[in-house]
Amino acid sequence: MIYIRLFLTFLKIGAFTFGGGYAMLPLIQEAVIGNNWMDSSKIVNFIAVSESTPGPFAINIATYIGSETGKTGGGFVGILTSLFGAFCATLGVVLPSFVIILIVAKCYERFKNSGVVIGCMSGLKPAVVGLIGAAVLSVFKTVLLPDGFVFSAFKDAKIYVSLVIFAIAAFLTFKKKVHPIIIILIASVLGILCGYLFGI
Amino acid sequence: MNEKFKKAVKLFITFFKIGAFTFGGGYAMIPLIQKEIVENKKWISDDDILEIIAISESTPGPIAINTATFVGYKTCGFWGSFFSTLGVVLPSFVIISAISGILAEFQNYTAVKYAFYGIRAAVLALLIKAVITMYKKSPKGIISYIIMAAALITTAFLNIPVLAVIIGCALIGLISSVIADRREKR
Repeated sequence: MIYIRLFLTFLKIGAFTFGGGYAMLPLIQEAVIGNNWMDSSKIVNFIAVSESTPGPFAINIATYIGSETGKTGGGFVGILTSLFGAFCATLGVVLPSFVIILIVAKCYERFKNSGVVIGCMSGLKPAVVGLIGAAVLSVFKTVLLPDGFVFSAFKDAKIYVSLVIFAIAAFLTFKKKVHPIIIILIASVLGILCGYLFGI
Repeated sequence: MNEKFKKAVKLFITFFKIGAFTFGGGYAMIPLIQKEIVENKKWISDDDILEIIAISESTPGPIAINTATFVGYKTCGFWGSFFSTLGVVLPSFVIISAISGILAEFQNYTAVKYAFYGIRAAVLALLIKAVITMYKKSPKGIISYIIMAAALITTAFLNIPVLAVIIGCALIGLISSVIADRREKR
Protein backbone atom coordinates (compact mmCIF):
# COMPACT_ATOMS: atom_id res chain seq x y z
CA MET A 1 0.00 0.00 0.00
CA ILE A 2 1.62 3.21 -1.24
CA TYR A 3 0.24 5.42 1.54
CA ILE A 4 1.59 3.30 4.37
CA ARG A 5 4.91 3.13 2.56
CA LEU A 6 4.99 6.92 2.16
CA PHE A 7 4.22 7.38 5.84
CA LEU A 8 6.85 4.89 7.02
CA THR A 9 9.52 6.20 4.63
CA PHE A 10 9.08 9.77 5.79
CA LEU A 11 8.82 8.66 9.41
CA LYS A 12 12.30 7.20 9.02
CA ILE A 13 13.55 10.35 7.27
CA GLY A 14 12.09 12.57 10.01
CA ALA A 15 13.59 10.44 12.77
CA PHE A 16 17.11 10.33 11.37
CA THR A 17 17.71 13.75 9.88
CA PHE A 18 19.87 16.04 11.94
CA GLY A 19 20.64 19.62 11.00
CA GLY A 20 17.48 19.89 8.96
CA GLY A 21 16.72 20.59 5.34
CA TYR A 22 19.28 19.47 2.83
CA ALA A 23 20.87 16.98 5.21
CA MET A 24 17.88 14.75 4.44
CA LEU A 25 18.57 14.73 0.68
CA PRO A 26 20.59 11.49 0.60
CA LEU A 27 17.83 9.70 2.56
CA ILE A 28 15.21 11.12 0.19
CA GLN A 29 17.18 10.19 -2.92
CA GLU A 30 17.70 6.69 -1.55
CA ALA A 31 13.96 6.28 -0.89
CA VAL A 32 12.81 7.81 -4.16
CA ILE A 33 15.21 5.81 -6.32
CA GLY A 34 14.84 2.62 -4.28
CA ASN A 35 11.04 2.73 -4.61
CA ASN A 36 11.14 3.98 -8.19
CA TRP A 37 8.88 6.90 -7.27
CA MET A 38 10.25 9.53 -9.66
CA ASP A 39 13.43 10.35 -11.54
CA SER A 40 16.21 12.25 -9.84
CA SER A 41 16.00 15.38 -12.00
CA LYS A 42 12.50 15.99 -10.60
CA ILE A 43 13.97 16.12 -7.10
CA VAL A 44 16.54 18.69 -8.25
CA ASN A 45 13.77 20.72 -9.90
CA PHE A 46 11.83 20.61 -6.67
CA ILE A 47 14.77 21.94 -4.63
CA ALA A 48 14.41 25.11 -6.70
CA VAL A 49 10.63 25.16 -6.23
CA SER A 50 11.06 24.77 -2.48
CA GLU A 51 13.58 27.63 -2.36
CA SER A 52 11.02 29.84 -4.07
CA THR A 53 8.01 28.90 -1.94
CA PRO A 54 7.63 29.53 1.79
CA GLY A 55 8.12 26.91 4.48
CA PRO A 56 10.77 24.42 5.57
CA PHE A 57 12.31 22.22 2.87
CA ALA A 58 11.48 19.06 4.83
CA ILE A 59 7.75 19.75 4.79
CA ASN A 60 7.75 20.98 1.21
CA ILE A 61 9.51 17.92 -0.18
CA ALA A 62 7.42 15.50 1.89
CA THR A 63 4.20 17.12 0.67
CA TYR A 64 5.47 17.13 -2.93
CA ILE A 65 6.63 13.51 -3.06
CA GLY A 66 3.50 12.42 -1.20
CA SER A 67 1.17 14.15 -3.59
CA GLU A 68 3.05 13.02 -6.72
CA THR A 69 3.30 9.36 -5.74
CA GLY A 70 -0.02 9.14 -3.92
CA LYS A 71 -1.98 10.32 -6.93
CA THR A 72 -3.97 7.62 -8.67
CA GLY A 73 -6.48 8.38 -11.38
CA GLY A 74 -7.61 11.74 -12.64
CA GLY A 75 -10.22 14.34 -11.82
CA PHE A 76 -11.61 14.55 -8.30
CA VAL A 77 -10.25 11.14 -7.30
CA GLY A 78 -6.80 12.27 -8.44
CA ILE A 79 -6.99 15.36 -6.24
CA LEU A 80 -8.18 13.37 -3.21
CA THR A 81 -5.57 10.63 -3.56
CA SER A 82 -2.74 13.12 -4.07
CA LEU A 83 -3.88 15.07 -0.98
CA PHE A 84 -3.97 11.87 1.03
CA GLY A 85 -0.49 10.92 -0.16
CA ALA A 86 0.78 14.39 0.80
CA PHE A 87 -0.89 14.04 4.19
CA CYS A 88 0.72 10.64 4.90
CA ALA A 89 4.22 11.79 3.94
CA THR A 90 3.97 15.08 5.82
CA LEU A 91 2.57 13.43 8.95
CA GLY A 92 5.43 10.94 8.76
CA VAL A 93 8.14 13.58 8.57
CA VAL A 94 6.62 15.70 11.37
CA LEU A 95 5.69 12.98 13.88
CA PRO A 96 9.17 11.97 15.14
CA SER A 97 10.10 15.62 15.77
CA PHE A 98 6.88 16.24 17.59
CA VAL A 99 7.11 13.22 19.87
CA ILE A 100 10.84 13.60 20.58
CA ILE A 101 10.52 17.30 21.44
CA LEU A 102 7.57 16.58 23.75
CA ILE A 103 9.75 14.12 25.62
CA VAL A 104 12.85 16.32 25.62
CA ALA A 105 10.87 19.42 26.72
CA LYS A 106 10.00 17.63 29.97
CA CYS A 107 13.58 16.85 30.91
CA TYR A 108 15.70 19.18 28.85
CA GLU A 109 18.03 20.22 31.65
CA ARG A 110 19.24 16.65 31.68
CA PHE A 111 19.18 16.37 27.88
CA LYS A 112 21.24 19.53 27.42
CA ASN A 113 24.08 18.38 29.65
CA SER A 114 24.00 14.74 28.66
CA GLY A 115 27.39 13.41 27.62
CA VAL A 116 25.75 10.95 25.25
CA VAL A 117 23.91 13.72 23.36
CA ILE A 118 27.01 15.93 23.17
CA GLY A 119 29.10 12.97 22.01
CA CYS A 120 26.64 11.91 19.31
CA MET A 121 26.30 15.48 18.08
CA SER A 122 30.08 15.79 17.75
CA GLY A 123 29.83 12.97 15.21
CA LEU A 124 26.59 14.08 13.56
CA LYS A 125 27.59 17.66 12.78
CA PRO A 126 30.50 16.68 10.52
CA ALA A 127 28.37 13.81 9.13
CA VAL A 128 25.85 16.38 7.89
CA VAL A 129 28.63 18.09 5.91
CA GLY A 130 29.49 14.76 4.26
CA LEU A 131 25.83 13.93 3.61
CA ILE A 132 25.08 17.24 1.89
CA GLY A 133 28.39 16.80 0.05
CA ALA A 134 27.11 13.46 -1.25
CA ALA A 135 23.89 15.19 -2.33
CA VAL A 136 25.99 17.73 -4.23
CA LEU A 137 27.80 14.92 -6.08
CA SER A 138 24.52 13.25 -6.93
CA VAL A 139 23.03 16.53 -8.20
CA PHE A 140 26.27 17.17 -10.11
CA LYS A 141 25.76 13.88 -11.90
CA THR A 142 22.07 14.55 -12.57
CA VAL A 143 22.82 18.01 -13.95
CA LEU A 144 26.03 17.50 -15.93
CA LEU A 145 26.32 13.80 -16.67
CA PRO A 146 22.82 12.30 -16.75
CA ASP A 147 23.99 9.40 -18.90
CA GLY A 148 27.02 8.66 -16.73
CA PHE A 149 30.64 9.53 -17.38
CA VAL A 150 30.71 8.97 -21.14
CA PHE A 151 32.79 10.77 -23.77
CA SER A 152 29.78 11.68 -25.91
CA ALA A 153 28.50 13.92 -23.09
CA PHE A 154 31.29 16.37 -23.91
CA LYS A 155 30.32 16.63 -27.59
CA ASP A 156 26.87 17.90 -26.67
CA ALA A 157 26.16 21.62 -26.17
CA LYS A 158 24.05 20.69 -23.12
CA ILE A 159 26.92 20.17 -20.73
CA TYR A 160 28.52 23.53 -21.61
CA VAL A 161 25.25 25.38 -21.16
CA SER A 162 24.91 23.80 -17.71
CA LEU A 163 28.50 24.64 -16.80
CA VAL A 164 28.12 28.29 -17.81
CA ILE A 165 24.82 28.68 -15.91
CA PHE A 166 26.38 26.95 -12.91
CA ALA A 167 29.37 29.34 -13.04
CA ILE A 168 27.08 32.37 -13.18
CA ALA A 169 24.92 31.05 -10.33
CA ALA A 170 28.00 30.27 -8.23
CA PHE A 171 29.41 33.75 -8.86
CA LEU A 172 26.12 35.39 -7.84
CA THR A 173 25.79 33.16 -4.76
CA PHE A 174 29.30 33.43 -3.38
CA LYS A 175 30.62 36.77 -4.62
CA LYS A 176 27.49 38.89 -4.82
CA LYS A 177 25.38 37.18 -2.10
CA VAL A 178 22.31 37.41 -4.32
CA HIS A 179 19.09 35.90 -2.92
CA PRO A 180 18.42 32.31 -4.09
CA ILE A 181 15.06 33.25 -5.63
CA ILE A 182 16.72 35.85 -7.87
CA ILE A 183 19.38 33.32 -8.88
CA ILE A 184 16.70 30.76 -9.76
CA LEU A 185 14.88 33.39 -11.85
CA ILE A 186 18.06 34.32 -13.73
CA ALA A 187 18.90 30.66 -14.31
CA SER A 188 15.43 29.95 -15.67
CA VAL A 189 15.69 32.84 -18.15
CA LEU A 190 19.16 31.67 -19.23
CA GLY A 191 17.82 28.12 -19.56
CA ILE A 192 14.98 29.24 -21.83
CA LEU A 193 17.30 31.43 -23.94
CA CYS A 194 19.92 28.72 -24.39
CA GLY A 195 17.23 26.13 -24.95
CA TYR A 196 15.78 27.92 -27.95
CA LEU A 197 19.18 29.11 -29.23
CA PHE A 198 21.00 25.77 -29.10
CA GLY A 199 18.04 23.40 -29.08
CA ILE A 200 19.26 21.44 -26.03
CA MET B 1 -9.43 26.14 29.86
CA ASN B 2 -10.62 29.19 27.94
CA GLU B 3 -7.44 31.12 28.64
CA LYS B 4 -5.40 28.18 27.46
CA PHE B 5 -7.44 27.72 24.32
CA LYS B 6 -7.02 31.39 23.40
CA LYS B 7 -3.28 31.09 23.80
CA ALA B 8 -3.20 27.96 21.64
CA VAL B 9 -5.09 29.80 18.90
CA LYS B 10 -2.63 32.69 19.15
CA LEU B 11 0.26 30.23 18.86
CA PHE B 12 -1.37 28.72 15.80
CA ILE B 13 -1.77 32.10 14.10
CA THR B 14 1.78 33.19 14.96
CA PHE B 15 3.39 30.02 13.63
CA PHE B 16 1.12 30.03 10.61
CA LYS B 17 2.48 33.47 9.75
CA ILE B 18 6.04 32.28 10.31
CA GLY B 19 5.43 29.25 8.09
CA ALA B 20 3.81 31.35 5.39
CA PHE B 21 6.41 34.08 5.16
CA THR B 22 9.82 32.47 5.43
CA PHE B 23 11.64 31.42 2.33
CA GLY B 24 14.69 29.21 2.48
CA GLY B 25 13.76 26.75 5.21
CA GLY B 26 14.31 26.23 8.91
CA TYR B 27 17.32 28.40 9.55
CA ALA B 28 15.66 31.35 7.86
CA MET B 29 12.80 31.01 10.37
CA ILE B 30 14.92 31.42 13.47
CA PRO B 31 15.21 35.24 13.39
CA LEU B 32 11.46 35.52 12.74
CA ILE B 33 10.63 33.16 15.62
CA GLN B 34 12.86 35.18 17.93
CA LYS B 35 11.22 38.44 16.91
CA GLU B 36 7.63 37.19 17.14
CA ILE B 37 7.85 34.97 20.22
CA VAL B 38 10.37 36.88 22.32
CA GLU B 39 10.03 40.53 21.34
CA ASN B 40 6.42 40.90 20.24
CA LYS B 41 4.53 38.30 22.24
CA LYS B 42 7.00 37.93 25.14
CA TRP B 43 6.00 34.29 25.58
CA ILE B 44 9.56 33.14 26.09
CA SER B 45 12.68 34.87 27.40
CA ASP B 46 15.72 35.64 25.28
CA ASP B 47 17.91 33.05 27.03
CA ASP B 48 15.25 30.36 26.81
CA ILE B 49 14.78 30.77 23.06
CA LEU B 50 18.51 30.38 22.44
CA GLU B 51 18.46 27.17 24.45
CA ILE B 52 15.37 25.94 22.58
CA ILE B 53 17.06 26.57 19.23
CA ALA B 54 20.23 24.81 20.38
CA ILE B 55 18.19 21.76 21.44
CA SER B 56 16.17 21.86 18.20
CA GLU B 57 19.43 21.61 16.30
CA SER B 58 20.53 18.55 18.24
CA THR B 59 17.31 16.55 18.07
CA PRO B 60 16.27 14.75 14.88
CA GLY B 61 13.85 16.30 12.44
CA PRO B 62 13.38 19.65 10.73
CA ILE B 63 14.50 22.58 12.90
CA ALA B 64 11.34 24.56 12.16
CA ILE B 65 9.14 21.74 13.50
CA ASN B 66 11.34 21.14 16.53
CA THR B 67 11.35 24.81 17.48
CA ALA B 68 7.59 25.21 16.94
CA THR B 69 6.80 22.14 19.05
CA PHE B 70 9.15 23.23 21.81
CA VAL B 71 7.96 26.86 21.95
CA GLY B 72 4.35 25.65 21.94
CA TYR B 73 4.96 23.22 24.78
CA LYS B 74 6.75 25.81 26.93
CA THR B 75 4.01 28.36 26.33
CA CYS B 76 0.96 26.22 26.93
CA GLY B 77 1.60 22.50 27.17
CA PHE B 78 0.60 19.74 24.77
CA TRP B 79 -2.10 21.66 22.88
CA GLY B 80 0.26 24.58 22.52
CA SER B 81 2.80 22.36 20.82
CA PHE B 82 0.10 20.73 18.69
CA PHE B 83 -1.26 24.03 17.38
CA SER B 84 2.18 25.60 16.88
CA THR B 85 3.33 22.63 14.81
CA LEU B 86 0.10 22.56 12.83
CA GLY B 87 0.50 26.28 12.19
CA VAL B 88 4.04 26.03 10.88
CA VAL B 89 3.26 23.01 8.66
CA LEU B 90 -0.06 24.12 7.17
CA PRO B 91 1.11 26.89 4.77
CA SER B 92 3.71 24.59 3.19
CA PHE B 93 1.24 21.75 2.93
CA VAL B 94 -1.45 23.86 1.27
CA ILE B 95 0.89 25.68 -1.11
CA ILE B 96 2.80 22.61 -2.25
CA SER B 97 -0.35 20.49 -2.59
CA ALA B 98 -1.82 23.22 -4.77
CA ILE B 99 1.20 23.64 -7.03
CA SER B 100 2.33 20.01 -7.34
CA GLY B 101 -0.50 19.26 -9.76
CA ILE B 102 0.25 22.38 -11.77
CA LEU B 103 3.96 21.61 -11.70
CA ALA B 104 3.40 18.17 -13.21
CA GLU B 105 1.34 19.70 -16.04
CA PHE B 106 3.77 22.56 -16.66
CA GLN B 107 6.86 20.39 -16.82
CA ASN B 108 5.68 19.09 -20.19
CA TYR B 109 5.96 22.50 -21.85
CA THR B 110 9.17 23.01 -23.83
CA ALA B 111 9.86 26.46 -22.34
CA VAL B 112 9.39 25.13 -18.81
CA LYS B 113 11.68 22.20 -19.57
CA TYR B 114 14.35 24.65 -20.73
CA ALA B 115 13.79 26.83 -17.67
CA PHE B 116 14.28 23.86 -15.35
CA TYR B 117 17.34 22.85 -17.31
CA GLY B 118 18.90 26.19 -16.35
CA ILE B 119 17.51 26.05 -12.82
CA ARG B 120 19.06 22.64 -12.10
CA ALA B 121 22.51 24.06 -12.80
CA ALA B 122 21.79 26.87 -10.33
CA VAL B 123 20.57 24.41 -7.68
CA LEU B 124 24.02 22.85 -7.76
CA ALA B 125 25.50 26.21 -6.71
CA LEU B 126 22.89 26.64 -3.95
CA LEU B 127 23.66 23.18 -2.57
CA ILE B 128 27.39 23.87 -2.54
CA LYS B 129 26.62 26.94 -0.48
CA ALA B 130 24.65 24.75 1.96
CA VAL B 131 27.68 22.45 2.34
CA ILE B 132 29.90 25.43 3.16
CA THR B 133 27.39 26.78 5.68
CA MET B 134 27.20 23.42 7.46
CA TYR B 135 31.00 23.09 7.36
CA LYS B 136 31.31 26.38 9.21
CA LYS B 137 28.90 25.15 11.90
CA SER B 138 30.67 21.82 12.30
CA PRO B 139 33.45 21.19 14.83
CA LYS B 140 36.91 21.09 13.23
CA GLY B 141 39.74 18.67 13.94
CA ILE B 142 41.08 15.42 12.63
CA ILE B 143 38.19 13.21 13.79
CA SER B 144 35.62 15.61 12.33
CA TYR B 145 37.41 15.62 8.98
CA ILE B 146 37.55 11.84 8.95
CA ILE B 147 33.81 11.66 9.69
CA MET B 148 33.04 14.17 6.91
CA ALA B 149 35.07 12.17 4.38
CA ALA B 150 33.66 8.85 5.56
CA ALA B 151 30.04 10.08 5.37
CA LEU B 152 30.67 11.50 1.91
CA ILE B 153 32.37 8.42 0.49
CA THR B 154 30.06 5.80 2.02
CA THR B 155 26.94 7.67 0.89
CA ALA B 156 28.08 8.76 -2.55
CA PHE B 157 30.15 5.81 -3.75
CA LEU B 158 29.69 2.72 -1.62
CA ASN B 159 25.93 2.23 -1.68
CA ILE B 160 25.80 1.82 2.08
CA PRO B 161 22.33 2.61 3.52
CA VAL B 162 22.25 6.24 4.64
CA LEU B 163 20.69 5.23 7.95
CA ALA B 164 23.74 3.08 8.75
CA VAL B 165 26.03 5.99 7.88
CA ILE B 166 24.17 8.37 10.21
CA ILE B 167 24.12 5.92 13.13
CA GLY B 168 27.77 5.04 12.52
CA CYS B 169 28.86 8.69 12.58
CA ALA B 170 26.92 9.31 15.81
CA LEU B 171 28.64 6.30 17.40
CA ILE B 172 32.10 7.45 16.27
CA GLY B 173 31.38 10.86 17.77
CA LEU B 174 30.20 9.28 21.02
CA ILE B 175 33.16 6.92 21.32
CA SER B 176 35.73 9.60 20.50
CA SER B 177 34.23 11.98 23.05
CA VAL B 178 34.28 9.27 25.72
CA ILE B 179 37.93 8.58 24.97
CA ALA B 180 38.74 12.32 25.06
CA ASP B 181 36.98 12.61 28.44
CA ARG B 182 38.97 9.74 29.91
CA ARG B 183 42.23 11.26 28.77
CA GLU B 184 41.31 14.54 30.36
CA LYS B 185 40.53 12.88 33.68
CA ARG B 186 43.93 11.28 33.73
